[in-house]
Amino acid sequence: MTMRKAEGSTRRRFLELAGAAAAIGAVPVVTVREAVATPETMAAAIRTVVGTATVQPGKVKLDIPPLVENGNTVPMTVSVASPMTPQEFVKSIHVFNEKNPQPNIGNFFLGPRAGRAQISTRVRLADSQKIIAIARLSDGSFWSATADVVVTLAACTEEII
Amino acid sequence: MKFIGTICLTTILTAAGIAAATEIPASERRSGYTFMAPDTQAIQDDDTTNPGMLGVLDGQGLWNKKAGAANKACADCHGDATTSMKGVAARYPAFDKTLGRPVNLEQRINLCRAQQQQASPLPYERHDLLALTAFVAEQSRGTAIAPDNSPELRPFVAKGHDFFMKRQGQLNLACTNCHDDNWDKHLAGSAVTQAMATGYPIYRLEWQSLGSLQRRLRNCITGMRAQNYDFGAPELVELELYLMSRAKGMPIETPGVRP
Amino acid sequence: MPSALINVPKKAKRGDTIEIKTLMSHIMETGYRHTAAGQVIPRDIITSFSCRYNGEEIFRADLFPAIAANPFITFFTVATESGKFEFEWIGDNGFSETASASISVE
Repeated sequence: MTMRKAEGSTRRRFLELAGAAAAIGAVPVVTVREAVATPETMAAAIRTVVGTATVQPGKVKLDIPPLVENGNTVPMTVSVASPMTPQEFVKSIHVFNEKNPQPNIGNFFLGPRAGRAQISTRVRLADSQKIIAIARLSDGSFWSATADVVVTLAACTEEII
Repeated sequence: MKFIGTICLTTILTAAGIAAATEIPASERRSGYTFMAPDTQAIQDDDTTNPGMLGVLDGQGLWNKKAGAANKACADCHGDATTSMKGVAARYPAFDKTLGRPVNLEQRINLCRAQQQQASPLPYERHDLLALTAFVAEQSRGTAIAPDNSPELRPFVAKGHDFFMKRQGQLNLACTNCHDDNWDKHLAGSAVTQAMATGYPIYRLEWQSLGSLQRRLRNCITGMRAQNYDFGAPELVELELYLMSRAKGMPIETPGVRP
Repeated sequence: MPSALINVPKKAKRGDTIEIKTLMSHIMETGYRHTAAGQVIPRDIITSFSCRYNGEEIFRADLFPAIAANPFITFFTVATESGKFEFEWIGDNGFSETASASISVE
């Protein structure tokens, strides 16, 4: 399934280019997904951050639309329930994905001066997939939240399908 | 006799039907903004989160930058854009007497560059022209679209309207089939809007950049599998002209954010 | 000169938690796109963003190709004293941009 989709996308992108590119004067571009993150590479990327520690679900809220308006720009907010005092605070938030070419989305480093453990950004999602946000607390514990996101292609693009 | 009478009546009704099926009543008109998810609307609502504003900022720089053999900036003739350009985008495309046909805002900017600044035209869809157009159009933000009703423009509006109504391409689709008859339904994952071009140039999430109405129209025409037109083609300008008359009275939102 | 849009409250009460919003103009080329001829378009992204409040780093982020073009990042901080926020974006091909904003804290 995934393979067929990638192939179709390649041909679609290739066909798109001649018309659009010639008119805009841009260099024709094809997106070829050679490397694709998998649940295994995502797990490995997570291990780089948490080591052998257990990651518990909870405390983290991952706000991302379940059906995205457009996979190229998806608003995302991660917040962590924490008093954010010098004794108890969120050190960092790490966001991962399953199916983009790379498993990492971003790492955000906070601290007791943050006041509120919440960040927002806009991300790219290549396909419908699972997103995981992991928070590292000052006591060394790790907490997480996941979200399943559905990504569809835009209906009217420069592409000829 | 009765038979012929029936055919005539049918023809009249059909013709009237085609004419009537066009314009969405003013009370039902909705900007593309209203079809977006709240998350996407939030991106447009805040000038510090709207990536289109980055283009407007760049355009402001270009407005004040001297250009061409005449070494003049737009500001040298037009002064402060917040006053001189207010309301301009709301009445474009406008009739150009010399050319004898309508021109859109991008073309107007390039005509000024050529005639007043002795500068070369900015290429379509390159950042500079988009930024300058966005800056000029943003001065009309909140202003009601008020297309020029002069008699010389009317045949061009009619041509644009004909294009909107004409079935074309491999799918034998007309713009009206989606945008008049099926708005608020969905095409794949995307909402079908009413084709009210209130926010151009827009920051389209799909493009991850600013883009013009003509770029969007070309995307649509590609989607319809119909013969496409080059940027600046008269057919596209006529279609733009019709679309602005279609959106008459709706406020300009430039820079809009759209999926 | 890439534009940046910064939203920092001009004024705050000491101890208030304030939100800072930043938007930087950048293509964030992923490095996964190819030309029709088959050549990779090289990666060109912002890799790191940081904010200093009167010289002390209060926020930092690592960015990857999965961050959308024209990176938008918001975060919070406690208003402790009047002064300056300094923002820095660093990326591929020697990309380095800064911006600043002042705040008055009562």
